[in-house]
Amino acid sequence: MMKNNNLRSIYTIPYAVWILLFVLAPIGLIVYYSFFDLSGNFTLMNYKNFFSSVYLTLTISSFWYAFLITFFSLLIAYPTAYFLTKTKHKQLWLLLIIIPSWINLLLKTYAFIGLMGLYGPLNAFLEMIGIGKQQILFTDFSFVFVSVYIFIPFMILPIFNALDRLNPALIDASRDLGANSWTTFKRVIWPLTINGVKSGVQVVFIPALSLFMITRLIAGNKVITLGTAIEQQFLVTQNWGMGSTIAVFLILFMFIIMLVTSGNERGMKVNGKNR
Amino acid sequence: MKSITQSVILILLISGVLLLFNRELNEGSKTGKDTITVYNWGQYIDPDLLKQFEEETGIKVIYETFDSNEAMMGKIEQGGTSYDVTIPSEYMVEMMKEKDLLIPIDYSKVPNSKNIDPYFMDLPFDPKNKYSIPYFWGTVGIAFNPTLLEGQTFESWDNLWDPSLKQRVILVDSARETVGMGLNSLGYSLNSTDTKELRKATDKLKALRTNVKAVIGDEVTQLMINNEAAISLTWSGQAADMMFENEDIDYIVPEEGSNLWFDNIVIPKTVDNIDGAHAFINFMLDPEVAAQNADYVGYSTPNLSALDLMDPEVVADERFYPDENTRSHLEVYKNLGLELLGVYNELFLEFKMSLNK
Repeated sequence: MMKNNNLRSIYTIPYAVWILLFVLAPIGLIVYYSFFDLSGNFTLMNYKNFFSSVYLTLTISSFWYAFLITFFSLLIAYPTAYFLTKTKHKQLWLLLIIIPSWINLLLKTYAFIGLMGLYGPLNAFLEMIGIGKQQILFTDFSFVFVSVYIFIPFMILPIFNALDRLNPALIDASRDLGANSWTTFKRVIWPLTINGVKSGVQVVFIPALSLFMITRLIAGNKVITLGTAIEQQFLVTQNWGMGSTIAVFLILFMFIIMLVTSGNERGMKVNGKNR
Repeated sequence: MKSITQSVILILLISGVLLLFNRELNEGSKTGKDTITVYNWGQYIDPDLLKQFEEETGIKVIYETFDSNEAMMGKIEQGGTSYDVTIPSEYMVEMMKEKDLLIPIDYSKVPNSKNIDPYFMDLPFDPKNKYSIPYFWGTVGIAFNPTLLEGQTFESWDNLWDPSLKQRVILVDSARETVGMGLNSLGYSLNSTDTKELRKATDKLKALRTNVKAVIGDEVTQLMINNEAAISLTWSGQAADMMFENEDIDYIVPEEGSNLWFDNIVIPKTVDNIDGAHAFINFMLDPEVAAQNADYVGYSTPNLSALDLMDPEVVADERFYPDENTRSHLEVYKNLGLELLGVYNELFLEFKMSLNK
């Protein structure tokens, strides 16, 4: 028994070291830096600054776009994942959706600049069907579209897993007991897959808050997120204090989102019992 | 389990071989007496000249590139590199000087420095050129494509505010340039430190928002070349790149004035081969070399002797070699300090935030 315990504590060493070096220490440093001004004096000014109108509007607009991106990702990902679980070679189809996410983000973004350009294929198509050339690049639409495209695999995966684990007998039972398909979805399928949806929302919403390259390349800086502001503070203004302060708030928001999306454990327990 | 063990062993073996191979490679290019490392902007030198330098001096050149002044300084500041020569812009020379990252140039080893136009020497960002020698220079102005426009012309910054240019103007994602444009259009100094002036400039910029198509970086070059964009705020060097690919594009420096910028050769404190660095600088200042380099890069050279060797048509082009009168309206950026740089960037952020209203 003693030996077993020792062994277990040895196993936890890599995890503990990892968490300490790459999670706790960096967060600690960010919090530390956020209390210093440009000349290295201790100050709370950065926090006061954050509540100025510019950064507050910035935060609200970041949340709005992150919400839009998450919403549309979910809208597309849920039916897709559902459809995938019903196909014959589901792992293959899933793989085909996952593979594009292995390609470098920047490359994909650059590809969209070409696709959405005035002389790109998308506008050629619009012209062909009689709508005529549109300015697609550098609009809200292009920004949300490209972001949704990038995040969709991350939304599909957890939902697919949840749906795949769902015991089909439960659906049959629901139908046998007289529920129509909408009621079955609402009362059986959705509650049992809600945890997949929650983790999907987490992995999309949180990074969407801090997107930064796409805001410039696709939205032409007409959309600005917290990520853009952090990048500017560190690379251009070299105000590490202010950059860290924004990052502290970003981390806080992340924690809140994690808490909100993992609050209701009931569904999971039911799920656990079933298995 | 067995196959896992096998693949782990295989991966370790391959990694080991690669590690050895990599060490071997690095061994070959280890810096020292007969190599120098040049750290420059991308596409900012004629690669043939590097070969010529290697042949003439027997010093091997390792060439590495960066894409922003800040990234370059970051790497030099952190150390662990052995860059012998690098090419910061003028405000960055000032900043690096302050941080003690530069080594004074020994002019006895750079006789070719006499070729540089005295007009571009001894400027406030580096008095007596103790640490830096101008490499290329240029202006900030408006690049535009008349074939995509309806006869609008550009002489003044105010032309950009013309109501007929809805969603046509591309600005550059850089606070000093864009806020500077606002300042210039109001007749203020580019180095203004007056909060009221900065406020007015920002408000004027906000009035431009309906005309702004995007605020982006280097991507603009490609958009202009492909006729995707008609008007952009840009550096003369970038305009030269656009005009090289798309003959319809034109470039002007607005009459109210604009920025005069320099990229400068310096020796950073990470230097390993100080004689090699000086030899390289001297080589680049040779009139024939400088002329060939300017011809390749397409930027304006400060090398007076090189101008005689270049295509007279290029040298007479007032857009890239403006006359004394225009030059007198140009202003070199001063290092405003981080405090004010923060103010500029916050105003710029405020302007960008107003674009989507």
